[in-house]
Amino acid sequence: MRTKQAYKALLLLALSASFAAVAAEATVTDSDRIEQYREMISDGNPAEFDEMRGEELWKKAAGPNKVSLEQCDLGKGAGVVKGAYSQMPRYFKDTNKVQDLESRLLTCMTTLQGFTEDEISAKPFASDKKQSDISSLTTYVVGQSKGIKMAVSTKHPKVKESYEIGKRIFNYRAGPYDFACSTCHATTGVRIRMQDLPNLSYNKKDAQSAYTTWPAYRVSQGQTRSFQWRLNDCFRQQRFPEPKFASEATVALTTFLAVSANGAEFAGPGLKR
Amino acid sequence: MANPMKIRATAKEGVTEVKILMQHEMETGLRKDADGTLIPAWFITEVKAQYQGRIVMEAQFGQSVSKNPYLLFRFKGGAAGEKVSVSWVDNKGESRTDEAMIAA
Repeated sequence: MRTKQAYKALLLLALSASFAAVAAEATVTDSDRIEQYREMISDGNPAEFDEMRGEELWKKAAGPNKVSLEQCDLGKGAGVVKGAYSQMPRYFKDTNKVQDLESRLLTCMTTLQGFTEDEISAKPFASDKKQSDISSLTTYVVGQSKGIKMAVSTKHPKVKESYEIGKRIFNYRAGPYDFACSTCHATTGVRIRMQDLPNLSYNKKDAQSAYTTWPAYRVSQGQTRSFQWRLNDCFRQQRFPEPKFASEATVALTTFLAVSANGAEFAGPGLKR
Repeated sequence: MANPMKIRATAKEGVTEVKILMQHEMETGLRKDADGTLIPAWFITEVKAQYQGRIVMEAQFGQSVSKNPYLLFRFKGGAAGEKVSVSWVDNKGESRTDEAMIAA
């Protein structure tokens, strides 16, 4: 009798052990593996090279006026870059506009350095053949907010308005596919191919981790990409007309997403597959 | 001129861990540009790490290594304050050497 019970116990043990093994196997998902890969290469992020390039550009006299950007006011006083990105987009008195980092840099490069707006916004993103100065500058400034909590204020009525416009754009369905940002980014637990899609609308954690890891080095493209690029590519994927670089619409959408990330520590420039 | 590497070295319990991030295009020679012309191959062929004049790591790279390659290796010995130097050579004959101080 006793041996029979012992057998039973053994059998149960063996069974539960094999179940546990199966369960452990199943919990290692593709996104876990991508996460693992990210961790492995996170202390060798090539975005650092773009940061270095951006810092040099920030300090170098350039443009027809032959001045550096060290007098550029990103909202925390002339030349202050530390923590500037974590409070952007914000309202700027001199331009009477809500501006994100890239549109602000565009303002500085035109007003201080004397470049024309078209010169810069014609090719604002890096390609295989040519690096983009405004993009590298962005990477540099962004890196100076690493570890600082996101705190975008909507106190100013213009920022509040921008936030509301951004929210509408996020949910606005249009284009040949009748798409909106929310088509892919308002549901939890969905993915496109191997990539988990963050729920930017209803999941605070997703919204925070997505926003705080852009700009990012894209391994598949070998380039560090800015937030304006990210939005530009989202619109392309939705088959929308290409948005103008640093336009009011893109800034509004950025405001909506930045405010949604408030409270989280900024972690960029990040690293994406 | 070739761009600098980022090297971080830390010594712990008699073993030094070296992390290297290289800046290089690493063109395979198989890609075509927008006009359809082949982009010529351009990649690192050899990486060497030296510690006190002694080679502690030697690697042969090829086309399959990604752009801006990252490499981690460990060697026995090394102490904080000493130097490790890393150099690479590519198929165009260009080279780059950088040094890093070992941290504790």
